[in-house]
Amino acid sequence: MNSHPDTVIKGGRIIDASGEHSADVVISEGHIVAVGPNLDAKRVIDAAGCIVSPGLVDLHAHLRQPGKEETETIASGARAAALGGYTAVLAMPNTTPAIDCAAVVREVLDLGRESVCDVHTSGAITVGRSGEQLAPMAEMAALGVRIFTDDGTGVQDDRLMRRAMEYASGLGVTLAQHCEVNSLSEGTCMHEGEWSARLGLPGQPSESEELMVMRDIALARMTGAKIHFQPMSTSGSAALIAAAKAKGMTITAEAAPHHFTLTDACCENYDATFKVHPPLRTQADVDAIKAALAVGSLDAIATDHAPHAAEDKELPFDQAPPGMLGLEYALALAFTELVDGGAMTEAEVLGAMSSKPAAIAGMQNHGQILVPGVSANLCVIDPTHRWRIDATGGASLSRNVPYVGREVRGKVRHTFLFGESVVHDGEVQR
Amino acid sequence: MTSSRATRTDTESQGAGSRSSAHLLSIADLDREEIEELLRLTDTFVEVGRRPIPKVPALRGRTVVMLFFEDSTRTRLSFETAAKRLSADTMSFSVSSSSLNKGESVRDTIETIEAMGIDAVVVRHKSSGVPAQIARWTSASVINAGDGWHQHPTQALLDAYTARSHLGSLEGRRIAIVGDIKHSRVARSNIEIFTSLGAQVTLVAPRTLLPSSTNSWPVDVTQDLDSVLPTVDICYLLRMQQERMTEALVPSLREYTASYGLTSARADRMAESAIIMHPGPMNRGVEIASEVADRPSAVITEQVANGVAVRSAVLFALLSAARQSSNSSPDQLISHEELISPEEPASQAESLVPEETAHVRNSQ
Amino acid sequence: MPVAERERRMSRPYGGVFVARSRIMDADDITRALRRMAHEILERNHGSEELILIGLQTGGVHLAHALAATLEDIEELDPRTLPVCTLDVALYRDDIGIRPVIPEEVTDIPFDLDSKVVVLVDDVLFTGRTIRAALDAVIDFGRPRMVQLAVMVDRGHRELPIRPDFVGKNLPTRRHELVNVTIDGVELGELQKP
Repeated sequence: MNSHPDTVIKGGRIIDASGEHSADVVISEGHIVAVGPNLDAKRVIDAAGCIVSPGLVDLHAHLRQPGKEETETIASGARAAALGGYTAVLAMPNTTPAIDCAAVVREVLDLGRESVCDVHTSGAITVGRSGEQLAPMAEMAALGVRIFTDDGTGVQDDRLMRRAMEYASGLGVTLAQHCEVNSLSEGTCMHEGEWSARLGLPGQPSESEELMVMRDIALARMTGAKIHFQPMSTSGSAALIAAAKAKGMTITAEAAPHHFTLTDACCENYDATFKVHPPLRTQADVDAIKAALAVGSLDAIATDHAPHAAEDKELPFDQAPPGMLGLEYALALAFTELVDGGAMTEAEVLGAMSSKPAAIAGMQNHGQILVPGVSANLCVIDPTHRWRIDATGGASLSRNVPYVGREVRGKVRHTFLFGESVVHDGEVQR
Repeated sequence: MTSSRATRTDTESQGAGSRSSAHLLSIADLDREEIEELLRLTDTFVEVGRRPIPKVPALRGRTVVMLFFEDSTRTRLSFETAAKRLSADTMSFSVSSSSLNKGESVRDTIETIEAMGIDAVVVRHKSSGVPAQIARWTSASVINAGDGWHQHPTQALLDAYTARSHLGSLEGRRIAIVGDIKHSRVARSNIEIFTSLGAQVTLVAPRTLLPSSTNSWPVDVTQDLDSVLPTVDICYLLRMQQERMTEALVPSLREYTASYGLTSARADRMAESAIIMHPGPMNRGVEIASEVADRPSAVITEQVANGVAVRSAVLFALLSAARQSSNSSPDQLISHEELISPEEPASQAESLVPEETAHVRNSQ
Repeated sequence: MPVAERERRMSRPYGGVFVARSRIMDADDITRALRRMAHEILERNHGSEELILIGLQTGGVHLAHALAATLEDIEELDPRTLPVCTLDVALYRDDIGIRPVIPEEVTDIPFDLDSKVVVLVDDVLFTGRTIRAALDAVIDFGRPRMVQLAVMVDRGHRELPIRPDFVGKNLPTRRHELVNVTIDGVELGELQKP
């Protein structure tokens, strides 16, 4: 339409999968049209001192729609994502009804199209996520679903999981598993260890996660299915993933920000804000998760953004629903805990939050190397900005933020979704 | 609903000027001196209990609410009696008759009750941590009357009081706690109070009835009751609950009794001066032989009797201080500042010099 | 807080130390006062038959024992024949919740007070509030025929309609001053805050 390009992001430091270099980026009609020195456009975004990165990609967001719209909607979750630098999120299927058929997939994708983030959805592996009967994966895959999971629970039955893997591999889709053996974790509400002993809360052992990781590695080897492991929280899980990869298996795995930031000691005051599945583990586990991210045995950082109403989080600890917010805090937590903690570089963190998860989910328009011709899905990050996370504000409809009072580094200034400025100067534009 | 929630804040996050109350949530909140103070205060209330009229006006006009989400007639009556001996008004709220059955949240319940004007709330709940949660939502003093597997601090205090009345100081004493430690709030609070008072605690239980980790607990752990018994000053037995069988934690009650029951033969091997304690209610024939429960060395009914005095002491300690607390930290039973520094603002000093300060101790 | 600091702040007078300014009575004065008060008590009650002395914790207890010994001496009774009790009025005070009130000492009234003459004994009479509390407490222990009050020092500033029956010394004071009574004498001074 207009021969003069829309926007130039000037003076930033580009970090993408190809490396790191300083250049201006010109965006026009949804695409990057030029990358280089001294470029101009109608609108100039000053990115001096900032990082210009491909938009972040979240493999694990609970957007609660349909069913729990008072805690989050696809629109509000997308706004939280955009503020966090995300241009794409993968919605989890534990909605009401579950995302287990074409109709619900269509509804979610339709709602997503109007939002400020590119909303993809996963589909359930089993009907109603009840672990009994395979969901119609082919009809969902036909609508673009690339990842299937019963997230919230793991598929308990060994034979059913084997069948799911066999069926999924025929469709070319990936199965993602929430690893938790129910018979070891039933009735529990935190990690089993010194803190659960002291607090008198029923704890789940690390083994309830690790046993399912072991099983699924074995079944993946048997079936050749593509399997992705959802938040790995224990040092044992990290070791199992690393060992399987060392044997050449093409499995992938994610870690959640809270699992490299918080420990089970946070449950000290029975504040259910700190209740999450998999549970917060020990400092040794936190260290192992950081190390596994650093060496890449855990591929991606995924938020497991899980909004809950205040009154639900005020239930007794053992009755409160698990989950915590993450979309607006993940990047800053990763910079603070992983980069400042010395485990990773900013480039590695950004890779684990954009190009790697985009590849796992098959999102071709995201996490790309920023060169002319690609979709303009990117974010501008001020890596020097220090801020204190507070309980107020935020775009999510829920406030179950376990990081209140924490000082972090790194703030998203601008987010571009297919060329549209959806976040400008830290404000969502619509 | 959501917006009204947003305006609610936890009491602990309010400004410095707001009132914060003293609570008793866990024995861990008390240091040794505070425990000793409460046990001394218990002496006073044991004496009050022996008076012709076993009642003092100390807490006239205060209201204590019994908020029992889990049935416990014994503990509730003990607290009610304790409150009445102090002339406090009591209200009782039990879950079966409450609107909690209609879906009202604990927070709404406590805020409703608080609106009636209360000074203390005695909480029993089957979930660990509920008293701690309630303490964040109310300006009344919260007393934990037992939460899940977590704590039962007044039980621990009455046990320590009873033990000391028989053994004197607990310093260096050896105490075995036998049975279902894992699911026991009594065990958790008693381990803390006994070790805080200088005793050496040994836990005796099958691994299935122990927490997965006792590394951070200042205790020894063994499966061999017979080797421990001759060395202990107190054998503290826990209640063995039937439902543990169905959870495959022990194969059978018979096998449990054979390994961990205090049979007559085992009780005979205890030292002459040693005592046997149990928080009640007992399963005679399971964790304790019926004959042993009736021996003079079994002080179980005495534990119950001391319960009222201990709870009076706790109520008095919390409520006699609560109205003037401005600088206390919320989780302390008694703020040191209140207890020991009754300094009045300078402008009022003239009229407020209390009569007692006109007296000086005559000890020197 | 260091133990010593805590000890000091836990003990009366709270939050400071007593500093004497002048000596009002010495040990002999005390003895003489006790003797005179004992005679007055015997005169008022026609002997010591129905007397029960109750020393108020903490300052009144040693005076109650000293007074009992004096009475026994005058009446030529065996030592320790007159009943002496102790009473801590903390739980009856009217300032619970206004400032810390901690029962610290033993209440020991092992006698039936019905139809007896109770003599409350305290070291200093000031506002009268302690005596008010003591009267309430005594009545919970029985129904004495009469309750009388003996104090070593009446320093004035009454806030309740209470008067002593037997006084060692009337001592005009300022409100902020402190009176320190021991068996060795009486001092007037003030509280020095650290």
